[in-house]
Amino acid sequence: MLAESLGLSAILFVIGVVGVLTRRNAIIIFMCVELMLNAVNLTFVALSRYYGMGGQVFVLFVMTVAAAEAAVGLAIIISIFRHRQTVDLRNINVMKG
Amino acid sequence: MALSSSHPLAGTIAAWMWLLPVLPLLGFFINGALSILGSSHVGPSDPDMGHDDHDASPAASDQASHSHGGDSHAQAVPRFRALTAIIGPGVLILSFLLAASIFLAMRGVDMSAPFIQRYWSWMPVGDLRIDMAFQLDQLSMVMVLIITGVGALIHIFSVGYMSDDPGFARFFAYLNLFVFFMLMLVLGANYPILFVGWEGVGLCSYLLIGFWFTDNANASAGLKAFIVNRIGDVGVLIAMFMIFANLGTLDFTGVAAGAAGLPFGGALVTTICLFLFLGCTGKSAQLPLYVWLPDAMAGPTPVSALIHAATMVTAGVYLIVRSSFLFAMSPIASITVAVVGAVTALFAATIAMKQWDIKKVLAYSTISQLGYMFVGVGVGAYTAGIFHLATHAFFKALLFLGAGSVIHVMHAAYHHSGSHDDAQDMRNMGGMRKAMPITWIVMWIATLAISGIPPFAGFFSKDSILGSVYEHAGDSVLTNATWLGMSGHTVLLAVYVIGLAGAFLTAIYMTRLMLYTFHGPSRATADEQRHMHEAPWLMTGPLVVLGALSLAGGWLNLPSIMSFLGPVGGLDHWLEPVVGAATRTVTNGVALEASHSTEAALIGAAIVIAVLGIAVAVLALKPASLVPKAQSPAEHGFEKVLANKYYVDEAYDDAIVRPVYGLSKNVFWRGLDAGIIDNLFVNGSAALARGLGWIGARIQTGSTGVYAWAIVVGAIVVLSAFSFR
Repeated sequence: MLAESLGLSAILFVIGVVGVLTRRNAIIIFMCVELMLNAVNLTFVALSRYYGMGGQVFVLFVMTVAAAEAAVGLAIIISIFRHRQTVDLRNINVMKG
Repeated sequence: MALSSSHPLAGTIAAWMWLLPVLPLLGFFINGALSILGSSHVGPSDPDMGHDDHDASPAASDQASHSHGGDSHAQAVPRFRALTAIIGPGVLILSFLLAASIFLAMRGVDMSAPFIQRYWSWMPVGDLRIDMAFQLDQLSMVMVLIITGVGALIHIFSVGYMSDDPGFARFFAYLNLFVFFMLMLVLGANYPILFVGWEGVGLCSYLLIGFWFTDNANASAGLKAFIVNRIGDVGVLIAMFMIFANLGTLDFTGVAAGAAGLPFGGALVTTICLFLFLGCTGKSAQLPLYVWLPDAMAGPTPVSALIHAATMVTAGVYLIVRSSFLFAMSPIASITVAVVGAVTALFAATIAMKQWDIKKVLAYSTISQLGYMFVGVGVGAYTAGIFHLATHAFFKALLFLGAGSVIHVMHAAYHHSGSHDDAQDMRNMGGMRKAMPITWIVMWIATLAISGIPPFAGFFSKDSILGSVYEHAGDSVLTNATWLGMSGHTVLLAVYVIGLAGAFLTAIYMTRLMLYTFHGPSRATADEQRHMHEAPWLMTGPLVVLGALSLAGGWLNLPSIMSFLGPVGGLDHWLEPVVGAATRTVTNGVALEASHSTEAALIGAAIVIAVLGIAVAVLALKPASLVPKAQSPAEHGFEKVLANKYYVDEAYDDAIVRPVYGLSKNVFWRGLDAGIIDNLFVNGSAALARGLGWIGARIQTGSTGVYAWAIVVGAIVVLSAFSFR
């Protein structure tokens, strides 16, 4: 059961990473990041069976932080859209040195 | 305060010797404060330039008239002048009275060891222990009496001489400070304290040479004196380091004890002595570092008398006598001192022959006489050197103060006539004896003294030096020493002959100075002559006292052949505890006593030379045919070389000053400072940072995708590094 859980977790994580690296839409990149977080959550839960409840406690923390992150992240994205009328990251490079 | 309780002077008035330098120091603080408080116009000016300065600074005078209630005269005469006139000389007189009391106490006790007072530990660093300590012995007593005695007279004279100067209080503050440092120098119980005084008098010399610093030439002369002296001071420092490294102490008593253990005539003691002597050539204006002293005449004349004739410039002689235990161990260094002294004596005397500035003549005369002192201490006749130091302090201070009186009077006369002629040029003087009879008489006394005419003071001291040279050439450790391939006997005989030649020239140039200044017709205009009159008693009083000393100074140390005049060898006996051992080292342990016939012949030769010099001057020089400076023809041939002081200043300028300046400008400034430090280090590091920043900016694309890739790749690299460990 552990191997399947960890395998699924790895697949979800890689999908998240590939999404972050390849997509240009800020909303989708954001969702991919959430996917990566949840893949890690799955790992924690799966391993908590063998290593105690600490993993599940940690998952709660991760979900809390992810909720806060979602609130801030979405606010930033909306704010960017209001300024630029787009959320395509190819057009957003004001930090260029 | 730890007293050496066993010493016979403990508990007597000598325990108050710390007050000797502290009194002038108090005078410095009070006069310095008065100088700052007393005048809104601290800057210097010539007495006759006061109005120009006044007009040149309207802002300052506005401020002053507010604070003085609109009295515009308030700043022409500095406030607190009377207070300064009392405190300035007063502290010196108190110091002198204290010194005299201590002297009397010293005469009453049998004193073979110096009386040392330790006040506090000054520099305890590892093995180095330097105490703030004073040492009173027969040698420092002589110096203290000269400094405070002659110093007090010159302070009194200055009250009259500087009376119109806006910097009156500042002048006395500096003068008091000088006396403080000079007393530190002669009272210090170890080399570092002596060196503090040594540097301090140099500082005061600088301040007083540039006293009228608004004239650029005066400020430059002060700088020149300071810088030339630094060269010598490095020598003293190195000598001190070497003494400490080899003997482990810098106390005079400790070094004296340790010096006896050094190999006689060894390279070490010779090197130490030569470095010490380098300092002496700077401070005491000997070849090759004498060039600052003639320029130092830019200062007020009392300064020339006190610092650049009577006291500070003799510090080198004092240093050698104080270190006699070292110099006696090194015949080579001793002969070097004597040779440099003799050559300087003759060299400076020739320059003095053709100077027209009355103070320049006296300046070169001072260099020349200092040369004689070094001849004395160089051949191991330490008492003779100190003897000449004392008599020279009397008659040279008198000559300078007399010249100061003359200049003062010339200046006042020119002030009335509105003339801008040179008040110090002898060609503009002449016939001053009618206006200033007292000055004239005392100046002749000093002239006869310096020329070596008996029974004036200079005769005895100069004869004592030249006689010692002759005797030590015959039989002493110097006789058999080899100096630059020549035997000591030959060298000392040459020194003796050079000394006689210098004495001959001394008589000539001093008579020339007197003839041109006081005799013949006056070359001033009739209007100016009406305004010439004897200086006030404040100025003539000290002259008369110094005249008496110049007359009687010889009785300090009569030669044994003249026992009919009084007790002989007073100074010899007095200084025996200090320099006796060193003198005996030089003379192979026996007290040299030339036969009376030899001594009579030597004295006869000295008198003949002096009389001949005066006679030649009187017969050859025609004061009546002299014309004022403005109409004087240019000199030719060797006269021109002498008038231009052998072009030594120009030679130093070309050989040293300009190369150093060029090196500093092109290599150190443009090459090292501007090139390497500024360009390579400062601007170079800025350029490096800017270049790295440019590269960093290229990485910073602003594109989120690139950052995401960087994070992922980085994470993979780190994780792989961990897993493949």
